[in-house]
Formats: sequence, structure tokens, C-alpha cells
Amino acid sequence: MSEENATRKLTIARAMAEAIAQEMRVDERVFVMGEDIAALGGVFGNTRGLADEFGTTRIRDTPISETAFMGAATGAAMDGMRPVVELMFVDFMGVCFDAIYNCMAKNVYFSGGTFKVPVVLMTSTGGGYSDAGQHSQCLYGSFAHLPGMKVVSPSNAHDAKGLMTAAIRDDNPVVFMYHKGLQGMGWLGTEPAAIVPVPEESYTTPIGQASVVREGTDVTIVGLAMGVHHGLRAADQLAERGVSAEVLDLRSLVPLDREAILRSVAKTGRLIVVDEDYRSYGVTGEIIATVAEHDLGLLKANPQRVAYPDVPIPFSRPLEQYCLPNADKIVAAFDAMGG
Amino acid sequence: MQPGRAEKRWMYETMLLSRRYEEAIEKIYLEGKQPRFDMAAGPIPGEMHLSNGQEPCAVGVIAHLDEHDTVTATHRPHHQAIAKGVDLKAMTAEIFGKGTGLSGGRGGHMHLLDPRVNFVCSGIIAQGMGPALGAALSRTLQNKPGVAVSFIGEGAVNQGAFHETMNLAALWKLPLIVVVEDNAWGISVSKKDSTAVERNHVRAAAYGIPGHFVPNNDPIAIYDVAGEAVARARRGEGPTLIEIETDRLAGHFMGDAEQYRPDGEKDALFARDPIPRLRDQMLAAGELEADEVPAIEARVRSRIEEAVAFARESPYPQPTDALKCVFHPPT
Repeated sequence: MSEENATRKLTIARAMAEAIAQEMRVDERVFVMGEDIAALGGVFGNTRGLADEFGTTRIRDTPISETAFMGAATGAAMDGMRPVVELMFVDFMGVCFDAIYNCMAKNVYFSGGTFKVPVVLMTSTGGGYSDAGQHSQCLYGSFAHLPGMKVVSPSNAHDAKGLMTAAIRDDNPVVFMYHKGLQGMGWLGTEPAAIVPVPEESYTTPIGQASVVREGTDVTIVGLAMGVHHGLRAADQLAERGVSAEVLDLRSLVPLDREAILRSVAKTGRLIVVDEDYRSYGVTGEIIATVAEHDLGLLKANPQRVAYPDVPIPFSRPLEQYCLPNADKIVAAFDAMGG
Repeated sequence: MQPGRAEKRWMYETMLLSRRYEEAIEKIYLEGKQPRFDMAAGPIPGEMHLSNGQEPCAVGVIAHLDEHDTVTATHRPHHQAIAKGVDLKAMTAEIFGKGTGLSGGRGGHMHLLDPRVNFVCSGIIAQGMGPALGAALSRTLQNKPGVAVSFIGEGAVNQGAFHETMNLAALWKLPLIVVVEDNAWGISVSKKDSTAVERNHVRAAAYGIPGHFVPNNDPIAIYDVAGEAVARARRGEGPTLIEIETDRLAGHFMGDAEQYRPDGEKDALFARDPIPRLRDQMLAAGELEADEVPAIEARVRSRIEEAVAFARESPYPQPTDALKCVFHPPT
């Protein structure tokens, strides 16, 4: 690897596009469809440049017909193709969820494993930029709850490329959830720490493997996507007070790397889970239950969750910002554990 | 386009196989469910949607297909599965919930999936349309031969998936044939109480594609229209919508008392049963000899007996098999 290569930094958007392009070059079965993905390159930049290289037969703009093209992705996958299909905002699952959870996610099972359904469903999540309640949700827990879909959500460009390559090569539906605030689009208040060095060559990041992004001994902060960055900032704040926080990036929700969570909590004895998805019946509860079911004795304090309250996402800046997770809330959660 | 003698004989025998199959399933389904109807009891638990009367739709269209062509079917899928060549023993075992079934008993009668002959079905109205569109797109992208047929009921035409799929199929000029089996009833609600137009084939005009109506549940007329549609799709000229006036001789599902039907309607439907009608036409035309009729009857009964025996004798899956095959490769 050249010096320049090793230090080349990409946004998540660029990393996703690069992974797709590299797979398309070596595998003719891979194609992409969705709204505004060709000439525009995706509203969130993740297909930029692909139509120029591969043409609009393999990079297909669709009409606003999510039910039909989600179903078509499933049918094409079962017929031997490897579609990557975009649901522009995860909130739009409301118009096409039957095609996703009742069909795409169930046909491997309903066929006793005789059909493969290699679909990558990429979809944007997250708010923080006053787009209100139909364009800002995360819905991680909704997808992870329903069986038959793998679910990944990267926090940085390196993992985004590796997870996208792994997702395209997987024989199952993989829901690739990318946070808008991490995309590197500029106009979306990009998190700079998501832009990291990305190798030019193709590689995979294993689906179902979490990553310790900061080692520590006093408390485990578990998160995914934007939550990881809040966790890292909280860890900085805690470090100033002499508290050593470990930050675990889940990267995948399905399969969930429960061993990594247990390993970290066994070391620190304290657990805070950060999630921009709704608080109840979701990711935070699942992580805490994982520890509680395994061994309550691992915990020196009651586990805490920093999650979105159970309200539709409001528009007005002070209302939305009040609801979103942030580093201060994580530090406050640590304090609530009683040291 | 008219079927040749061999095709006609295949159509007749397949319709008969399908009907006798449903009659056998009906009888077995009621085992353990009488005198008190308990859907969970007996060798075939769960819902059961029989296809009696709708056989012409399956054979008239599928006569033009081979195993490479894709069919997506509905919650009432047996006639199409049989016509498409889904293995009868594995299908029957699936309906019984046995480990030797198509999916090892994970799907049941509404979820018969067979990659060997490119057949899938679904319990959700109009859900198969998107996947059929995708199969048609896949053939085009891969330059592989093959068309896709999505069978739906007349109720599905009022689903959003219908509009989205028809528009996309027409826009992309895909080899898709959408076949509406209009049996006039969506469970208990009649078409006239649910649908703004008298005939659904006129909706093809909204997508700039051909729309055909086949009256009178006539397999030969269906064969004619479907042949044209399939040939058009194979030539790369795009999709076709076919509406077939058919009859549901059974209830929506087993246990449906059909009190919503007007008096005398069922008698009229049985009087125009398409299977004896085709038999008599073929006998009159010399395409079938009178002494062949019992032989065909015996042949289909023997196939059904073999399939039912296989299903009955097959073991149930291990309960823990429920946890397998969520993901590929199956574990």
C-alpha cells in the first residue's frame, strides 16, 4: 500500500459508492435501483459516479414506487441477481414494508433455505437537522426485531466500505442503515470523525462483529452509527475526570455480537447504551437484557440508556435537540449510576 | 392461437388433477375438524383456500411456460403450482407440515416455494407482483430467456402494488404477464361493491399496454390470449394484462358458509363447471376417446394417492427445526 493510499480519507458516502463499484466491476449480477440514484448520484451521495461508469441499465432510477421495486429486488435476487436497492429515507418503509418484512425477509425461511435472497437494502437514518418526524427516524429496532434480515449500520467510512462489500456478497437480505449526519454531505452537518482512511482495494468487514473503538476499564458505552461518536465525545469528557470509558461500536444489529458486549461489561462492570432510535422496545433494551440474562453479577451499577424519547420527532430546533442523544447526556447517565 | 391435441389433453388432465387434488385435500382437511370446526386440528391445520373452478386460468396460461419461466401465485395457489410442475409429493407434505415438504413445513399451503420450477406464492394480496417484476427484470438484465407471470385475484387490482408494478413493467418494457383471476368475490365482498370499473382489463390503458378479457372461464380462450401475451413478452415487447372471468366453486376458505352468496348462485356455477365442459368438447371433437376418460381419472387419482400417502407417512420436522433456515446457508 502506498503512503498516499494508506492515508486517503473518504466520507461514508464515497466509501459506499466505491464498494458498490468494485463489486459491480467483478460481478455482473450486481445492480442498483432506487429513487434519484443515477444522474443525481443519490440524495445522500452514496451512488455518485456509478451511472457514469456503469450506465443507467445497471444503475436504475425508479419511479416513486417503493412497494414495486422492493418486491422487484426480492424477485431479481431469487432469480440470480444481486440487487442493491435504496429506500431513500428509512421513514418511507411505511409505504413498502410488506415487500420487505413479509417477503424479502421470509422467503429464505419459507423455502427451507432453497432460495437465496441476496438483496442489499440501503437506507438513510437519523435527524438533528430539523427535518421533522417523517424524515429523521432511525427505526433500527424495527428492522432488527423482525427475523430474516441482517442489519448493519457503520459509524465511519472504513467500516462502511467493508460492510457494504460484505453485504453485497451475502446471500441474505442485508439492511444497510447509514446515518445522514455521518454521510459527509456537508449540508447535513457532517460528523468529521466519520471521515477516515479507507484502503483502495476491496475488503470486507464481517457482519455481526462489533468493534472496540476506544478501550477503557470503568464503564462500557455501547452504540452504533452516530451514537458511537457521542460515546467517544463522552469518553473524552469522562477521561478529564479520570474515568476510563470503553466505547463499543456494534456495527451490526443482526447478528448481534453479544460476546463483545459481555466481554466489555465483564471488564468494566458498568453499561450505558446510546441509541438515536426510540427508547422503548428497542436496541437499548436488547443490549441491557443481553447482559442481564447472562449474568447480573457483571454489573456494579444499574445500566443506563440514552435514547430517543417515545415521541414523534419534532421539527423545531430546541424541541429536536432536547430529544437527541449527546455526550452530555451520556456523562449524566454515568453520574446517575452513582460512580 | 389454438392448442394442439397434446396440449389440450395436458390441459384437461392437469385441470382434473388439480380438481381431484383439491377434493382430496378437502376431505383430509376435515379430518379431526368435525363435528366442531377447529382450524388447528387434524392432519392439515390452518387456513385452506381451495382453487376448485379456477383451473382454466392455471392451465391456459402455464401451457405456454416452461420450468425457466417464473410464476408468482396467491394464497389460493394449488392449481397454479400443479400446472407449473411443483413436485406433488413435496407440495403435499408441505401442506401437511411435514419435514419432507418443500420448505420442511415452514411455509404451509400459502407459502409453496420451489426454485426447481421457479414457483413462489404468498398469503398477502398482490405481494407477488413486485417479485414477478423483479424476475422479469432479471431476465432482461442477464439476457436470459424466460418470462414472469404474476397471478392475482380481482381483489388485488385495488392494491397499490398493482399500480406500481404495472407502471414499472410498462416503463421498462419487461416480459411480465399479469393474470387476474376474477372469481367475483373478495372473501365476502363482491367485486361490484369493491371496484369502480366493471372490468379490470381496461386498466391496461392506464399503462399503455394491451389488456385482454377472457369471459366464461374457458381454458381454450385463455390459452389463445395468454399465448399472444407470452409470445409478445418473449419478443421483448413488454407486459400484458389479462383478466379472466372465472368461478370460485369453493368458499373463500374451508369453513366459509358462503351466506353472502345470492340464492342459486352456486348451482349456476356448478352447472358451468369448466372441467366436464372441456371433456365434452374434446370428446365431441374426437380429441379424447370415451374409454380414455376413466384411464385419465385413474391416473390422476393414483398420483394424488401417492402424494397423500407420502405426506401422511412422512415424519414431522424436529421441533427445533423451527429455528433453522432463517438465513442462507441453512443451518
